[in-house]
Amino acid sequence: MAQMRYREALRDAHAEEMRRDNRVFVMGEDIAVWGGSFRVTEGLLAEFGAERVIDTPISEEVIVGAGIGAAMAGLRPIVELMTINFSLLAMDQIINHAAKLYYMSGGQLPIPMVIRAPQGAGQQLGAQHSQNLEAHFVHTPGLKVVIPSTAADAKGLLKTSVRDDDPIIFIEHEILYGMKGDVPDDNDFTIPLGVADVKREGSDVTIVAYSRMVHTVLEAASQLEKEDGISVELVDPRTLKPFDIDTVTKSVEKTGRLVIVEEDCRTCGVGAEIAASVGERAFYSLDAPILRVAGADVPIPYSRHLEQSAIPQTQDVVHAVKRILAGKAP
Amino acid sequence: MDSDLRLELYRKMILIRRFEEKTNQMYQKGKITGFCHLYIGEEAVGVGAISAIRETDYVVTGYRDHGQAIAKGVDPKRVMAELFGKEAGVSKGKGGSMHMFDKEKRFMGGDAIVGGDLPLAVGIGFAIKYQKIDDIVLCFFGDGAANEGAFHESFNLASLWNLPVLFFCENNKYGMGTSIERASSIEDLAKRAACYNIEWQIIDGMDVVEVYEATRKTAGRVRSQKRPEMIEAKTYRFKGHSVADPEVYRTKEEVEQWKVRDPIDRLRNKLKGEGILTDEKIKQIDDEVESVCGEAIEFADKSPFPPASAVCEHVYAGKF
Ligand SMILES: Cc1ncc(C[n+]2csc(CCOP(=O)(O)OP(=O)(O)O)c2C)c(N)n1
Ligand SMILES: [Mg+2]
Repeated sequence: MAQMRYREALRDAHAEEMRRDNRVFVMGEDIAVWGGSFRVTEGLLAEFGAERVIDTPISEEVIVGAGIGAAMAGLRPIVELMTINFSLLAMDQIINHAAKLYYMSGGQLPIPMVIRAPQGAGQQLGAQHSQNLEAHFVHTPGLKVVIPSTAADAKGLLKTSVRDDDPIIFIEHEILYGMKGDVPDDNDFTIPLGVADVKREGSDVTIVAYSRMVHTVLEAASQLEKEDGISVELVDPRTLKPFDIDTVTKSVEKTGRLVIVEEDCRTCGVGAEIAASVGERAFYSLDAPILRVAGADVPIPYSRHLEQSAIPQTQDVVHAVKRILAGKAP
Repeated sequence: MDSDLRLELYRKMILIRRFEEKTNQMYQKGKITGFCHLYIGEEAVGVGAISAIRETDYVVTGYRDHGQAIAKGVDPKRVMAELFGKEAGVSKGKGGSMHMFDKEKRFMGGDAIVGGDLPLAVGIGFAIKYQKIDDIVLCFFGDGAANEGAFHESFNLASLWNLPVLFFCENNKYGMGTSIERASSIEDLAKRAACYNIEWQIIDGMDVVEVYEATRKTAGRVRSQKRPEMIEAKTYRFKGHSVADPEVYRTKEEVEQWKVRDPIDRLRNKLKGEGILTDEKIKQIDDEVESVCGEAIEFADKSPFPPASAVCEHVYAGKF
């Protein structure tokens, strides 16, 4: 085990996979000389050279499209988008091409590509730089969506993603880059896609949360335990597609209550899908209606208080848990 | 150009013309459904260009792709089966008219997003460079596609990174019903390549020999100098944009004027004049082509549709 930051864990995953397989390369805006806007790819240029660590022009559509073309012709690209907000300029290549080529070609053209991008609000960057867009990608057949919350998960899941044969949207969180955690040193430490992690065991209520919200929920859970003696079980799915519904269902069968916490806005979000799936599978195990704690359905505002009130806070989770245990409607 | 090669180009053009005529008939009979864009009138472009590159070179293209697939060596039977939506189709019936793929023949599709194949060509070009091999990519696109942002991003990157991509614009003067005059600030689209420091030329797309020679020389330079280039071929489609096109945007006279330049008639007359083609030989080629198309239809018709279980196959290549 080594203590390292989320960003360092990601960098190590790049380096290890690039050493292992020379078909793997990484490209994106300011990722080589600068080392990446969030410094994830720092140091890779020195080790692997400009042929494999490549700065691109600010051309999201062709960066992603070129990644797809390279994958069609036998390479395994990692494409960094500076932030997920800019993926919108590449949406045609992601949704109309990456997600569909394997299917449309009748299984001839797999697209083994990882598109990495950070997302998330909380830094007062304004509406165009604070979005959570996972629901858009989860809603697209042909894509896989990976969304780690800790340094160890970031490393293990990125390594798995690079070895996977499908196009993967690998969503990081801007606020997590500096967060430290224990990470196994093993060169072959990988985490399978579609396997949730119970980040905290408990008996009174199940909370499903991913990415940064895992940490918000952990905070809320400690407070609830200390102040009210409430025991929270936290399930982090880690990958949204494939999604480990079995682990979630099992936990709900144990606790009888489900709260879903997501930073993304509520309407048609991932939380809605989880609620529906659990409703279909475990309705009779539920002792109370499923609750969602989600971002407000607004563009993310700049001003600090406004921004904070647009995304779930620790206290919002605490209140939701108390409400669900009191058997009150939302 | 030697006569055997010209005969071969002639034969391929006739094959594609007949194939497309049959495709149209099969569409009218309800055997083929969905969108269907015919290549009739433009055969010299696909045949001339694709015949001038190597088998190992890649081709990417748009949705008007049946003829180019056949020119790249894809089995007409499997192209027709794809049009019929059959399991034996090149894309297992999952692609359809606009999405012919044959990885083995390095025919990388059939893209129905206007301009969508240009970024892919850049990526394939990148992979070629990365692997240090000497293939090239032939990337077809229409005059309409040249107005997409993807055109500009792709030209810039291919030039910046010195990638072996031959950008080939089939300027048939229309993007659906909008003429180039009404859509583009310049009519000679190849001139745009100059902005990206890419060599360009404009050729007669109704003359298969000219297309072949221009592509052969250009492909040679793209391969040896490892730089993109652009060819713009002025051409014309004799049929509607797709099989369902009221054609209100152009006059019958205009179509007739272009038909005078029919690439097949032109080469046939030339070869006849030189004594290379006789009436007998013409009939022999017609008969051959007729039977290739007949077999393709029979094959497609007799093949089974994919089983219902196929709907969920090929969404993911890896574990899901
Ligand atoms: C991005 C996108 N916009 C619009 C369309 C609808 N559309 C299909 S073909 C076409 C015309 C394209 O013209 P051109 O590139 O000149 O090709 P041509 O059909 O003449 O071969 C249009 C607008 C599309 N398929 N994709
Ligand atoms: Mg056109």
